[in-house]
Amino acid sequence: MAKQYETVIGLEVHVELATKTKIFCGCSTAFGGAPNTHTCPVCTGMPGSLPVLNKQVVEYAVAVGLATNCTITQYCKFDRKNYFYPDNPQNYQISQLYLPICRNGHVEIETENGKKSVGIHEIHMEEDAGKLIHDEWEDCSLVDYNRSGVPLIEIVSEPDMRSAEEVIAYLEKLRMTIQYLGASDCKLNEGSMRADVNISVREVGAKEFGTRTEMKNLNSFRAIQHAIEGERERQIELLESGKEVIQETRRWDDAKEYSYAMRSKEDAQDYRYFPDPDLVPVFISDEWIAKIKENQPEFREKKMVRYKEEYDIPEYDIGIITDSKHMADIFEETVAICKQPKKVSNWLMGETLRLLKEKSMDPEDILFSPENLAKLIALVDSKAINSSVAKEVFEVMFAQNVDPEKYVEEKGLKTVNDEGALRKTVEEVIAANPQSVEDYRNGKEKAIGFLVGQTMKAMKGKADPGMVNQLLKELL
Amino acid sequence: MSNIISDETIEYVGILAKLELSDEEKEQAKKDMGSMLDYIDQLNELDTTGIEPMSHVFPVQNVFREDIVTNGDESEKTLKNAPGEKDNMFMVPRTFD
Repeated sequence: MAKQYETVIGLEVHVELATKTKIFCGCSTAFGGAPNTHTCPVCTGMPGSLPVLNKQVVEYAVAVGLATNCTITQYCKFDRKNYFYPDNPQNYQISQLYLPICRNGHVEIETENGKKSVGIHEIHMEEDAGKLIHDEWEDCSLVDYNRSGVPLIEIVSEPDMRSAEEVIAYLEKLRMTIQYLGASDCKLNEGSMRADVNISVREVGAKEFGTRTEMKNLNSFRAIQHAIEGERERQIELLESGKEVIQETRRWDDAKEYSYAMRSKEDAQDYRYFPDPDLVPVFISDEWIAKIKENQPEFREKKMVRYKEEYDIPEYDIGIITDSKHMADIFEETVAICKQPKKVSNWLMGETLRLLKEKSMDPEDILFSPENLAKLIALVDSKAINSSVAKEVFEVMFAQNVDPEKYVEEKGLKTVNDEGALRKTVEEVIAANPQSVEDYRNGKEKAIGFLVGQTMKAMKGKADPGMVNQLLKELL
Repeated sequence: MSNIISDETIEYVGILAKLELSDEEKEQAKKDMGSMLDYIDQLNELDTTGIEPMSHVFPVQNVFREDIVTNGDESEKTLKNAPGEKDNMFMVPRTFD
């Protein structure tokens, strides 16, 4: 019988924190600035410059640690990790080796195979490197240090996962938790969340772990899934043919769906860690931890239960709305104003999702305010505009967060409720469409639909279809 | 000297430090490193049972910055430190992982 293998997976997840400034200097972390416009002597590693820790980085790291059931290292410090690479201007990265800020945590994940707990070995704070571009034309490399010094936390899991599904569930859990905390937007495709995957295989029942490889450059859930499946196969093939798995770092090529070895064992890195003498230790008091705990938001699981009790909306809607903290906030704030959860949910589940998909946007990018959504709902409720006009207004509101009341006023989109004017138009339509009128009178009920349409067209959409229908029936 | 640095070690340290040493420099470095380690060995003679490892020489902790942008565009100054420049970026010898 063929041997049965088990995949053992552990993750190192880097998350870019949502601070306004870098971890050790007052440079902006804004994405997309012209090269090197967010740099200073500190983040370009100039001799004599002095790093000073951004307090918000500690707060975010502790918040994530508490949300993932970690023990906070109340006395923690920074170490230098020495290596040479042009995107690392100091020739060392400031990180934490000996006393990482959080340790011994866990999160609960759920897959088709049920619930399980994934251990978190540690979370540490560190700085990001710059961006290196290889210039084929000049045969040189170009460096932009805007990203150098952007704060990161690295979340190191225990080797507790056994399948790609579990890895994805774990990453989703982290993403959701961190987004709810507002500590990062966690976008894999934009690099604000990056996962390095450690994989080994062993025979089912074996006690020892197999030799592991580390897979880098995975920037989508699809890439992660394929890389794990591919690496499992590669390692099993090696073992089956009597060869050994070599401990190495491999880089995933998403286009080719293939990984190749990055660094061989010979030039394995020797980081020569030592405490950073420029940075003083951080002491996190019980009071400070208590304060951060107090400010933790309501997380998704609790929110889902509360929504079910508080608002009468389908479970499916609850799942989608709470999948994004931003969308959940918009939902709650709009409901607080208009008290109509079902209608708010309908706008979010219908038009909002449709437009997000059409424009390839994330729920986090929703621009319109709860106030404006509530106003739009009120306009429809009071029959000031009909539902097709409302959709039109919504599209503009979605794009520019316009005030729907003002917009409807300015563009003259209000439904004509003046029965006299409407009656006149209906009479005109009846006079102009004798065939349809006859059809209707001969029992073809459907013909009235055409006449309603003609009337709406003549009214430029600004009529209440119900009222038009009623008038037509009365006059025919 | 009780600490003898091997040829392999000096070669390896050279690779890590990105230094190309001549044979004389290698010999000198081996001697210097050996005596440094001898000096450090003296510390091992002390009994440090029950003493917390020191992580900083000053009795200071929690020096923070608030998360407020204080720096503007200093790219011109930054790029003055570049060995070469192209498109507002540092130009360096071609480097690969």
